[in-house]
Amino acid sequence: MTEQVMTVGSVEEPQKESQARGGTPTWIRVLRYTAVRIVMLFITVVIGVYLTILIANMGGHVDEIRRAQIREHVALMLQNDPTFRALPPEARQKRIEAEVRKAEKRLGLDKPFLVRSFIFLHQALTLDLGRAENMTSDSGSRQVRLIILERLPPTLVLFGTSSMLIFFTSLIISLALSRQYGSFWDRLFVSLSPLSAAPGWFYGIFLITIFAAWLKILPFGGMISTPPPETTWEYLLDLGKHLILPIAAQMLTSLFISVYSWRTFFLIYSSEDYVEVAKAKGLPPRMVERRYILRPTLPTIITSFALSLISVWLGQIIFETIFDWPGLGRTFYQAIQVFDTAVIVGITVLYAYLLAITVFLLDIIYAIVDPRVDVGGVQSTTA
Amino acid sequence: MLRGAWKEIRHYPSAVIGLVIILIYAAISVYTVIAIPYEEAVRLWRGGEDIWGDNPRLAAPTWYNLFRKKKLPLTIKMDDKHPSVKDLGYQQVDDDLWVHDLEYAFDFQADEFPQDVALFFQAAFQKKAPYVSIVWIRPDGKEIRLEDLSIRGQRQVFLVSQAQRLHKKLRLPEGMDPVVPLFADDYKSENPQVLKGTYKVRLETTLFEADSTINSKLVVYGKVHGWAGTDHLRRDLSVALLWGAPVALSFGLLAATGVSVLTMIIAAVGVWFGGWVDAAIQRITEVNMVLPVLPILIMVGIFISRSLVVMLLVIVALSIFGASIKTNRAIFLQIKASPYIEAARSYGASDLRIIFFYMIPRIIPTIIPSLVLGIPSFVFLEASLAVLGLGDPVLPTWGKILDDARVNGALLQGHFYWVLLPSFALMITGIAFAMLGFSLDRIFNPRLREL
Repeated sequence: MTEQVMTVGSVEEPQKESQARGGTPTWIRVLRYTAVRIVMLFITVVIGVYLTILIANMGGHVDEIRRAQIREHVALMLQNDPTFRALPPEARQKRIEAEVRKAEKRLGLDKPFLVRSFIFLHQALTLDLGRAENMTSDSGSRQVRLIILERLPPTLVLFGTSSMLIFFTSLIISLALSRQYGSFWDRLFVSLSPLSAAPGWFYGIFLITIFAAWLKILPFGGMISTPPPETTWEYLLDLGKHLILPIAAQMLTSLFISVYSWRTFFLIYSSEDYVEVAKAKGLPPRMVERRYILRPTLPTIITSFALSLISVWLGQIIFETIFDWPGLGRTFYQAIQVFDTAVIVGITVLYAYLLAITVFLLDIIYAIVDPRVDVGGVQSTTA
Repeated sequence: MLRGAWKEIRHYPSAVIGLVIILIYAAISVYTVIAIPYEEAVRLWRGGEDIWGDNPRLAAPTWYNLFRKKKLPLTIKMDDKHPSVKDLGYQQVDDDLWVHDLEYAFDFQADEFPQDVALFFQAAFQKKAPYVSIVWIRPDGKEIRLEDLSIRGQRQVFLVSQAQRLHKKLRLPEGMDPVVPLFADDYKSENPQVLKGTYKVRLETTLFEADSTINSKLVVYGKVHGWAGTDHLRRDLSVALLWGAPVALSFGLLAATGVSVLTMIIAAVGVWFGGWVDAAIQRITEVNMVLPVLPILIMVGIFISRSLVVMLLVIVALSIFGASIKTNRAIFLQIKASPYIEAARSYGASDLRIIFFYMIPRIIPTIIPSLVLGIPSFVFLEASLAVLGLGDPVLPTWGKILDDARVNGALLQGHFYWVLLPSFALMITGIAFAMLGFSLDRIFNPRLREL
């Protein structure tokens, strides 16, 4: 809910172990570290996806439901067949069994669930997302890949815009506030930070109540009016109108806490001795800020930025449901409701891969921007 | 350190406000659980038409009237034993024909029309069902014969809003509620006003058997009800709003405490034993941080169980290997290296003794702020699940009210109280814990205190 990526005031880990390893050449350590990291992340993804497969199939229970459905379907089909009705009861039973077995084989249901679960896992990990069971994309396709691709842009538009806005606004405001610590605005933002206790969808309900239901100046939800406007300009204007409330709701829940924690973070760093020295030397405040405050806090800023970007991908299930936003989160929820395992697993595996890649890239970026990080040492577990 | 904290809290006004609100909530919770025991709450919330049939549908809270010039009516209900019901006489007309007249009277002073008028009948007879004519008498003396009907069932209802024959008889324009001509000064005018005064309903009963009886009840459904209003099923929202408090508080408290304490113990065990135990815990944490919590909860809710207890256990299980294990671990690593642990080890203290008596107590002050800050997030998590239709199937909670309101289009139809009351309850809980938590953070985190 809140972006408490920064553990303000936490104690640094002792770095004894890393010094003990000084013997091996750096590039071997980097290589070994990278390999271990990739393997670990891959195992993580595998476990996460397998768990999702298990839960989405209710540990094999969905297969039982499907088998019962097939049997019922076959029995119904055969009832309408006059040659079948003419058969003696035993032969009828045999015929039903044969048809059921054929249908089960076609769907792969003849194998036990444990075997099937690993087949699913393999397909998911190789991004062979397969076909949806009940859902279709707006263009009518059953390809999970197409369903996801169709739903992704709305999610990216909404959460991309709001994350960027929140990230940069809070960074700028918090820098300004840390400069004028104790001022009216500073105290205002600090006292508003408890607003983050409520999630975005909650403010969404409030904002819809005020601006859509009561004042009737903004739409209740959705992304585009029906029928959609003709010209590109009007289309964008309409989209903008639909974006106002969701983005405002996101702002209410994250902006103040974000400003609060960044401001505290900057304040802690600006009370360091070297900053005092720089100030005493008479360096201009801008320079002190850039070189002595922003530079050492860069790794944390990057982490927070990357994690806020990654959260964009999955969207927010409830948020999109409240605002009726046709994005990935709502699709995920719909897929769960209609037991569409293929879509659930497809979205999860994409998310897991993206998260793993981000975490891995963060490790490398950390090593580049933060000279204190000793690659292969204890500090490396920054995820 | 803990004792000092109590003294210090008094210097933080936001902490005091937060604490007071939390205590008020706790008091409300205790009161609710005693005044409306669990079984009673479930009966009131899931009981059926018998429980809430006399409540108006979608009525606003009574205090709405404080802000309105045109006052909304309250519900008026009386059965035939009510003192203001006049018995106009019981007499035998023929061998097998008895006549019994009753007259209900009630005073109507509101400025708005009532929602509906209903008459409930209950008849006892052997072969031939009794017969009732309902006559409406307005304060201006005008009489309207509403309906003639024979009472066959145990619970037969006559609803004015659904009286087709009356609608036809009065030649009302399409879409006009038959309630209006009963109460309006001039229903043919453009803007009919309510005629205030004493209304009467005469029931002319014809009985065909000597021991045949008939019981009746009059309900004039108002447009306001209680301090919380009612929902689409006529249920009184105050039950759910009151019961939401203990449910939310205990859910948040249990989840936050469970997660904080277990995380702390796991981190301590990992640090103390080190080696593969520590490595395993670290790896599990990394796996766990990739797992999307809410989707898993939704899947559990739909595929396995929606019970609040199951949800609580799953939430705790998914959260104990969270990011805070890493923070705790860093602190424990320092503690492990400190001399007094060395001393404990040298006199032969057991592993468990060192972990639970020497390591964990040191870290408790740093845990408390995050515990308090964690409570609202779990309260809102429960509400989130409820809003997705995955609330507990039995218990009334704030989230469930919000879900009902959303699904039934409360905002589109302008039933703001339905959304705003549970929202405010959630909001104030969240902000109270957040205010207390932020202040505690400043008290227990010396680096923040100087700021």
